[in-house]
Amino acid sequence: MQQTVAAAEFLAACALSRVDAVGGFARDGLLSSQEVFTQQLVTGLSNGMIIALIAIGYTMVYGIIELINFAHGDLCMLGAYFALTVVGALGVDQWAGTGGIMGLVLVLVGTAAFCGSLNWSINRLAYRPLRKASKLSLLVSAIGASFILVNLGLFWGGLPMDVFADGTSSAAPKAFPALVSAAPAAQIGDVIYSRTDLLVLCVTLPLMVALTYLVRFTKLGKAMRAVAQNPTGASLMGIDVERVIGASFFIGGSLGGFATVVYSLYNQTVSFQMGYRMGMDAFIAAVLGGIGNLPGAVLGGILIGVIRSMSDGYLEARWTNTVVFGILILILVFRPSGLLGAKLREKV
Amino acid sequence: MTSAVSATSSPAPQSGGPRAPLLRVHGLKCSYGQAQVLHGIDIEVFAGEIVSIIGANGAGKSTTLMCVSRINRSSGSIEFNGASIASLPPEQVVRQGLVQVPEGRRIFPRLTVRENLEMGAFIRSDKDGIESDLQRIFEMFPILKDRALQQGGTLSGGEQQMLAIGRALMSRPKMLMMDEPSMGIAPILVAKIFDTVKNVLNAQGMTILLVEQNANAALRMSNRAYVLETGNVVLTGSGQDLLRDPRVREAYLG
Repeated sequence: MQQTVAAAEFLAACALSRVDAVGGFARDGLLSSQEVFTQQLVTGLSNGMIIALIAIGYTMVYGIIELINFAHGDLCMLGAYFALTVVGALGVDQWAGTGGIMGLVLVLVGTAAFCGSLNWSINRLAYRPLRKASKLSLLVSAIGASFILVNLGLFWGGLPMDVFADGTSSAAPKAFPALVSAAPAAQIGDVIYSRTDLLVLCVTLPLMVALTYLVRFTKLGKAMRAVAQNPTGASLMGIDVERVIGASFFIGGSLGGFATVVYSLYNQTVSFQMGYRMGMDAFIAAVLGGIGNLPGAVLGGILIGVIRSMSDGYLEARWTNTVVFGILILILVFRPSGLLGAKLREKV
Repeated sequence: MTSAVSATSSPAPQSGGPRAPLLRVHGLKCSYGQAQVLHGIDIEVFAGEIVSIIGANGAGKSTTLMCVSRINRSSGSIEFNGASIASLPPEQVVRQGLVQVPEGRRIFPRLTVRENLEMGAFIRSDKDGIESDLQRIFEMFPILKDRALQQGGTLSGGEQQMLAIGRALMSRPKMLMMDEPSMGIAPILVAKIFDTVKNVLNAQGMTILLVEQNANAALRMSNRAYVLETGNVVLTGSGQDLLRDPRVREAYLG
């Protein structure tokens, strides 16, 4: 336990980046260059899928009310504390076998419901009253919501959560118990496919498929697209625009909830500042893919994950932000609307 | 085409006494910020009628429809089918059976033609009925069937107007409010659209309130009309009377 906490604090010190450890292998030359590449790719894809899930929350809200929801990363952070509290209160980390899997599902679904409801409420309290105000007012309101969530996280961090030793300050990173066995799921050559990698895939992929189905084929999904493209027209068709916006916040928030549990399991640590890092990566991913575009958010997330991982492995972790932002700037210079963003306005 | 797409308007039993209008607007006032756009206008539309509102740019024609649809805030009374709709949200107005085909069409550009029509039926949940109405719209405007899987934004102006009309009909309204259906459309398509409105929709019993700058075409097909000038109704009468009225001829038909 003590070791885990120490490790967690070390990791938090490295900007919450687990992949630094893997980066060491590349320079130590323990793995063949092929294997290093594959390992970095696996790590990058796993991180990328998590980032993508959070990026969807940004892009959905932007698509529908043209707001960069600055509170989204911090919403995910609060979700992590919620997950940690549930794990501690129910002792989920002690459940074994099938119970362990059920516990994991419980934590995932519970956190998704928590984040979805919280996001819905934030929209109701902080954004909806400003619907007719300028976009700038809305943005300032989002930044305010972000501050409030960060401080709630700081407060929450000071509460006893039953899973770590007493005496940690509210600001200190908390270890997230390993609900998934550390034993590798598969090993090919020296490349390790961890069970967490597998979990990431099992959580993110079905959610993305489900979301695609929802947006493309269901009545709610079509109404969401209609509201995004033309709110007045949607209103004239009998669509309750506010309800559709609320549903978008709920869905975007709950995807963030799923993502934050997986993120916490992957990084094994939770801190009140993690929302900034999660939010920043996901926001960049959404912009990179073309903000407002759902497949763009997924593509952007995966790209950011892989770029980060490659930079961690082949350069050094301290250069990673430079690389990521450098690529973002280049893409915005040459494709201002992002990789998959609309190039032209439609004729209306 | 067998039954009307939506002719569900059934006037109250006419056992003596004057018929009540389907839509009654009284003392409607509306402002954009400091500027008052409507100064208290009265409009009545009876079931089965085509009524048009004509007038110059900026007279307040579109604003009137936006107020009745409850998109714009307004004061004054708005009654539809015997009940006040003046405090309903826009989506509830649609549920009462009063639907607008907005100016500039306001179709959903990145939804397919079919999806656009499905959104018109948003307030309904009878799948079979929706599907059969969809087929009726495709019969009425066959070009929409050809373009069913295309994005709405790729359609020409005339096709978008047909889509907007079809979309509005998908809710099975009692009454249709059309805002400038001829705007920015090739004359041959305008004729086709007006013909459909008069000889298909209205012939099947659809009540229509039409806002038009093309006064000549509008008056020809209307039972009655209102002339709007700077937010006031200045003239009203039958379509034929207004066509012959020297003031109308000079100002709008010149």
